[in-house]
Amino acid sequence: MTPPPAGRSARARFALTLGIACAVLALLALCSLGIGKFPVAIADVARALWSAITGRASGLAPNVDAVVLQVRAPRVAGALAVGAALSAAGASYQSLFRNPLVSPDILGVAAGCALGAGIGVLLALPIGEIEVLAFAGGLVAVGLVVLIGSWVGGRDPLLTLVLTGVVVGSLFGAGIALVKYVADPYNQLPAITFWLLGSFSGVAPGDLAATLVPIALGVVPLALLRWRVDALSLPEDEARSLGLAVAWLRLVVIVCATLATAGSVALAGTVGWVGLVIPHAARLLVGAAFARVLPLSLVLGGAFMLAVDTVCRTAFPIEIPPGVATAFVGTPAFIALLAYSFRRSA
Amino acid sequence: MTLAARALAFGFGDRIVGRGVDLELAAGEVVAVLGPNGSGKTTLIRTLLGLLAPLEGAVTLDGRALAEWPARERAQRLAYVPQAAESYFDFSVLEMVEMGRTAHHGVFARPGARDLERSAAALERLGIAALADRPIHAVSGGERQLTLVARALATEATHILMDEPAANLDFGNQARVLDEIARLRQSGAAVVFSTHHPDHALAIADRVVMIRDGGTMAAGATAEVVNSENLSALYGRRVEVVLVASGHGTPRLACFPSSGRTT
Repeated sequence: MTPPPAGRSARARFALTLGIACAVLALLALCSLGIGKFPVAIADVARALWSAITGRASGLAPNVDAVVLQVRAPRVAGALAVGAALSAAGASYQSLFRNPLVSPDILGVAAGCALGAGIGVLLALPIGEIEVLAFAGGLVAVGLVVLIGSWVGGRDPLLTLVLTGVVVGSLFGAGIALVKYVADPYNQLPAITFWLLGSFSGVAPGDLAATLVPIALGVVPLALLRWRVDALSLPEDEARSLGLAVAWLRLVVIVCATLATAGSVALAGTVGWVGLVIPHAARLLVGAAFARVLPLSLVLGGAFMLAVDTVCRTAFPIEIPPGVATAFVGTPAFIALLAYSFRRSA
Repeated sequence: MTLAARALAFGFGDRIVGRGVDLELAAGEVVAVLGPNGSGKTTLIRTLLGLLAPLEGAVTLDGRALAEWPARERAQRLAYVPQAAESYFDFSVLEMVEMGRTAHHGVFARPGARDLERSAAALERLGIAALADRPIHAVSGGERQLTLVARALATEATHILMDEPAANLDFGNQARVLDEIARLRQSGAAVVFSTHHPDHALAIADRVVMIRDGGTMAAGATAEVVNSENLSALYGRRVEVVLVASGHGTPRLACFPSSGRTT
């Protein structure tokens, strides 16, 4: 018996896993559109969606159409987009920094984006300009982390980067506190606070369209570069000897990952841990190759965020911010990763 | 295609680690770099690869300074085998080797059947095809080193520069890497390798460069340069180079430090 050609089983496994993940995501989306204070049967959800796609009348009561398409669909789409964007950003940062412990929140990027966006809310700017500020804040944060990290040096680059991220994140956290302090306590402060907790409850179709732009601008180039990112995660000498324009590619990946993060923060505030946990889950399922990790992270991240948000808005008497729920999953995952990484390098 | 260094000084920033290196490496030649710890072997290899700029003199490929070569074209001709595989992520052996195909693609291109075929052929050639789908962290140090050599083969480069390729290998795997270097020469490739074992130079190198104390101590044909006098000066202790009978009947040269048991 001849063994199967090298790499075939990994490819087959990836196709199967991605297919299952997509099916789960589709099912989740249908359920999420149906679940809520006003339950809609899955068959009716499907009919409402079909009528929206084809433009034909669904034959459902107008309020059913409205709940599915106008109330829940933007929220579902928002959760999918944010989960996918944060996971793609997390997978990219992890490869780029050769560090399994980083993610948009741990690097301080999310805090930078939040400060930028918070200033935008304070100045009552339109969503587009809030996004630009969020992006600028995120870039400043990741730039600071890289600069301080390389200046500090240290024997353990893994730990240096994580600690630098914590420090930069808390600095931006102080900035956010200042924004809250000077905000109008009756209108702006509650808005900023709720948004910082991370929430999809206020997602409006217009905001959604505006945030899909930066998320797509970030994720699409990452997807196009996915075959090169593995070599980029090798030690710099090796990556350069393989002919990669390392400095240029790193910059592109950082800018794109930060753009995706900024878009998701502008839409839904800071939802932590998704960008850390999901890429690891993807690697566990399909191995380390970025060309497989990225697509699967997009799907898993979207599905995870949607599941979390659906539970948060329906399982309790009051809505729970999804960031709280992700922390319950993320913190133990981070501790496990920390233990695994340090024991392996010891 | 010739890789050449002329009056080369190498180092970092403005700190010169070594100078006065002259080297010419044409197809089918093997050059060994010998030197004590900290003498700059790795720095020299990195400079010959174009990863560090020469501080004086020049490194040229086909008469053109390395810095003038576009990165991808350079990478299709010069391949690097680092001392050890340091990948945080647990790629499969095949995926590691496929990264050797990077320079054959534009930034957005997806690797194709030819890349897979070349990578699988490289694994086959080194006798580690059965490991293709194993995670790199799950194979032995020797197999990981062979993976790096396979990656260099997959680049289809004409010149392969190896930084202590045998450093982490057991006795059998060291011989395997040396055999592979000899086969590379036969197939027309040029190889530079640094090593702590003068025996390895004696076994397969056509020429040897000895570096010590910031300069080239000796350079030339292996038979002329690798002798007791030079090795003793290079390593700071008495080294004997003697003829020993080998199993095939032809005597070979071997090195012995002055310490150790005698009979």
